[in-house]
Order: sequence, then C-alpha cells, then structure tokens
Amino acid sequence: MSKVAEKKFEFENNTDAPVDVNRVRQILDANHGARIRTWMSICSRCGLCAESCFVYVGNDRDPRLSPAYKFRHTLGEMVRRKGKVDRAFLEKCYEIAWLQCTMCKRCSMYCPFGIDVATMIAIARSICHSQGVTPKQLAFFSDHCDKTGNHMGIPVEELVDTCEWMVEEVEDEYRDVDIPVDAPGVKYMYTINPREPVYYPQDISNAAIIFAAARESWTIPTFGWDCTNLPMFAGNRNLAGKQVKNVYEKAQELKAQHILITECGHAYRSMAFEGPYMAGYPDGKPPVEVVHYVQLLYEYLRDGRIKIDPDKKIKEPITYQDPCNVSRNGGLWEHARKIIPYIAEDFRDMAPNRDHNHCCGGGGGIMPMGPDYKPYRMASGKLKADQIRETGAKIVITPCHNCFDQINDLGEEYKLGIRTLSFKEIIVESMIIPDHLKLETENEN
Amino acid sequence: MNWNIIYDFLTGPALWFTFLFFIGGIIVRIVILFRLSRKKDRVIYNHFSWGWGLRSIFHWLIPWASSAMRQQPLFSIVAFIFHISLLAVPLFFAAHNVMWDEAFGISLWSIPNKLADWMTLILIASAIFLFLRRLRRPEVRILTSSWDYFLLIMTTLPFLTGFLAYHQWGPYEVLLVLHIVLSQILLILIPTTKLGHMILFFFTRAFIGFEMGGRRGARPW
Repeated sequence: MSKVAEKKFEFENNTDAPVDVNRVRQILDANHGARIRTWMSICSRCGLCAESCFVYVGNDRDPRLSPAYKFRHTLGEMVRRKGKVDRAFLEKCYEIAWLQCTMCKRCSMYCPFGIDVATMIAIARSICHSQGVTPKQLAFFSDHCDKTGNHMGIPVEELVDTCEWMVEEVEDEYRDVDIPVDAPGVKYMYTINPREPVYYPQDISNAAIIFAAARESWTIPTFGWDCTNLPMFAGNRNLAGKQVKNVYEKAQELKAQHILITECGHAYRSMAFEGPYMAGYPDGKPPVEVVHYVQLLYEYLRDGRIKIDPDKKIKEPITYQDPCNVSRNGGLWEHARKIIPYIAEDFRDMAPNRDHNHCCGGGGGIMPMGPDYKPYRMASGKLKADQIRETGAKIVITPCHNCFDQINDLGEEYKLGIRTLSFKEIIVESMIIPDHLKLETENEN
Repeated sequence: MNWNIIYDFLTGPALWFTFLFFIGGIIVRIVILFRLSRKKDRVIYNHFSWGWGLRSIFHWLIPWASSAMRQQPLFSIVAFIFHISLLAVPLFFAAHNVMWDEAFGISLWSIPNKLADWMTLILIASAIFLFLRRLRRPEVRILTSSWDYFLLIMTTLPFLTGFLAYHQWGPYEVLLVLHIVLSQILLILIPTTKLGHMILFFFTRAFIGFEMGGRRGARPW
C-alpha cells in the first residue's frame, strides 16, 4: 500500500471523542467464542497464508499485508488490550479491515489450521463501526437501508415506475413481457441490487425478458427487494440482520417458494449464509430457500426453456471471473461453467479458479466506498489483471456487480483490452426469441 | 552431587506431575473451549459434518495434499518430517519403552536405535531450517516474536540433549537430567501455548472443513 499517498480518511464520525471501551468490550465478549480463542492461540506464525492473499501478492509482497499480520494487528490487538484501545489504533484498524482485506476467505483454505481471518476482520469492523470509524460512504448507504430498506434510498413509487418504464421499453421488441409487482404465491421472489434501477435499468428488463421467455412465475416485491447488504460490510451487524430479515419476511408474506438473487455476489453470501446468523435465526438457515441467478439460468438452458441461437454464440475468447461470494463462499462455480458452453465458443479459464479463485479487489465493500479508494483497488487488483491477461480473453463474464465494475476499472488501468459482460445481457442478445414473445408483425412475416 | 536422587525425583514425582499436567491440561483446555462453543459458536453445531471434517484433516496430514503445501513444497515436507519425528522418537525409542515396561509391564513397539538416531538428527536439522526460514522470509519474520523462536528452541532441545546423552558426548549425568527436565517443560508447554495445536489442529481443521466444504462445497485444501 506504500504506493498510495498518505491521506486522512473520512469516517462516519470524524471526532476526537474518547473510545467507549465498555462498548468495545461488549462486542469482544459477545464474539470471543471457542473458535476465535482457538484461532488466536494456535496461529503458529508460519506465514503460509501470505501467498494466498491477492492484496499481499498485488502489493509487492509487503509483509504487513499477510492475513495473519492483518488479524493480529486488528482483532488480535483488541483482545490483547482487553478493549482498551484509542482512536489512533482504530484508525489503523480501519486501514487494515477495509482497505487491505475484502473478506474473500481464501486464506482460511490455505492456513494449515483453517483459521478464518475473514470472520475476525468482520468483528474488527464491527468494533470500528461501534466507535464511528466506518467508511463514510458505507455509513451513508447503511443510513438509506435503515430508512428505506434499500441502500440507494429509492422510494417505492420510483421502483414501480422504473419497472413500468422498462416494460414499455421492451414493448417494441417483445410481446407479453411483464414485471409483476408483489404477486403472491410465485415461484421466485426476484430481489435486485439498487444499482440496477438507478444505473442499469436494462438489467431489470433483461431479467423480465428471460423470465417471460421461460414462462416463469415470479415477482419483484415493493419492500425487501434489495438483496445487497452494505451494512454487513460497514460492520453494522444489527442493521445487516434487519436488511436480510426484510427480504426473508417479505418472501414469507408473499408465500414465494424461493428468494432469487440477481447477478450479485455478496448479496448471495449475505442472504444464504451470513444473513440467518445476523438476523438471529438459531439454525443458521434462511427461512426461504435462496437461489442465485446463475443457478436459474443454468436450469433454463439445460431444460431448453431458453434456447440460444448458435449463430449468435460469442466467437471472441472469453473468460469467467468467479465472484468470491458466488464461488468459494457460495459453492456455485460449476453453474457458470455449464452455462458458458451454450453461449460462447472459446472459453479460457483463469488459473487458479473456482473455489480457489482470487478476489478481483472490488469486494468487501471497497467498491461502494467510492472513487477515493480506487488506487487501493487498482493496486490489489494487479493479480486479477495478470490472470485475465494470461488467458488472452477479450470478454470477461461475471455475475456480480462489484466484480463487474472492478474488472472494468482493471481493464482500463492495466490496458487489458477487455469488455465485461453479465450473463443476462448475453442471454438476451443471443437467445432465440420464442414464438410467444414475438410481436404479431414478425409472426406474419 | 547425587545424580541418583535427582534422577529418581525426575522420573518419579516430577514425571507423574508432568504427565498429569500434560493430559489434564489438554482436557481442561478442550472442556473450556467446548463449553464456550456451546454458548457462542452455534455455527459449529449447525453445520457439523464428519465427512467434510475428516477430509479436511486428512488433506493436511498427507504431504502436498493441499494447495497451500504445494505452494511451498520444501517448507511443507520439512514441517511434515519435523512433526513425524517429533512424535515418533519419544514414543517409539527403545530406551523409553524399557522404562514403560519396567514401570507398568506394558510398552509400545520400538523402532531400531539407528533409525531413532537418524530421525533425531533430521528433526534437529528441520528445526534449524524452520528457524532460518523464520529469519529469512520477510512475511514470516514480521510475524515471529521472540516467543516463537523460544518455543522452537524448547521443542528441539529435548532431542538435542537426548541425542548427546545417548551417545555420551559430554557429561552424561548432566545431559540426561537436562534431557528429562527439558522434555517435561515441553510437555507442560503443549497444553498452555500455541503448541496446543497438537490437539486443537484437529478441531479447527475439521471446522473449516464443514464451514467451507459442508456448507458451500469449497475444498479447504
């Protein structure tokens, strides 16, 4: 990180108020269970984790960036000092916990003892957050979540308007594409990333076209439609729990069979794995089954509910960016690889891949933290840029908004000459439009 | 100095104390952690899986069976040999087994003295390698405290002194007493320090096995 000029970070609260040691201790006590005690006491400082970390490798192997160093100088130090920490220390933690770790969990698989550093960094974030040492943008988005249930603060009328507008947009090309809102008893309650209605509304219409082509039973809810969880990245565990609960409870209210997640990585991890714990469900399982978009797309292609026009298959070399939270932390790496043969001819996998992939450098909340942090993302993303260059691919597919934006930035920064695409846009471009979606005039031709 | 009295004390009451502390200490540590885990680590019990737990352990007991070990093949094999010798020599050395036999009439089987000799030398050489690695690799050096060097030395000294005493290179009585005392200190350090990984390794490895594998299918090796 030495490349990045020293600067004063902006926190949620830029204050000199003393640290509330009791509060820090409370959080420590609540989390200092058997796993963390064991991990901290047996870490043998072998350093095997270092090479597994893309931040370490991307930043000239700075020894201060190994996962073991990072947990020892955040949560480790907090425990050692029994919570008696000062603001200067927390600000140092901030740098480690938010700028040098995306909680991608790769190191936990490379540690001989399986020490889960990401979990410890998450607790360090909670403690920083409790003292107002939270990235300003993440605090801002969390505030929106608190007030409106979605991190962009989109009022419900605006969401519904966007959906109606998107239906109108596709009327010229397709028949009978609809976006059902709050429909009860559907198979899939489709939850999205608030970036979609704001920046990429065509992502919603693409989803609608695919659903219509497959004759799916689905709906977008008017509340609990934001599947993302930026409070989770902000270290605001209570709000993060509320955020997933909004979705779970809405799905139960609508009696939807599944919660479907758009092409977003952390949303899937949050909803399917971390969410139940943050929301206080004792069995650790979401009350409604959670499905990621890649699972659904694969089923559509496999079952012939969506058919691809062979002439429209991508000829250029493509590669696939495994989002950490879909692949390693979601277990869904094969779905994408089964989708790709339907849509592309020249697939070149990165190495390493699947559950052993590297984070793109945009995960863990650093992407929504804003442009000030881009230099960090670009430095850490060097490993990913090298991986992509090595494949010789011209197109990178990734089913995650954070990966998508980060890969775009990496493409420019490292002059990779690539385009980034999501599955939805490729499918909509290349599918054979089924008769029931064709406009009347076309049928006559 | 009356070496016999010292020797009798060390192999009598002191040894009893050491074994009780060693085994009791491990039990206490596990019981404390187990009780704590029932309160604060639901995640362990929610996703418990024998299959993934055992696979996770297994892949880290076989040399180069995990990606991380393949990343540093030399270190992995040295660490592997170090640990094998660390367990095998004290347990299967003939002279140790004679003592078990004399005291309780039972003993483990013994390895040839020549083999024990070589394993001890290899262990000392591996320890020197591990020591130098700590000094040489920046990412390891920055993590290493004097306590880590101390524990590595304390782990090796019983073997060095045992080796010298066996070959009677040096004052035999002194070396033997040092060997016994240092071994006892090591046994006491195991339940109280990071050396507890001797037992706790199996728990943490199993946990990450079902946390990453059982829940998500990701292979933590």
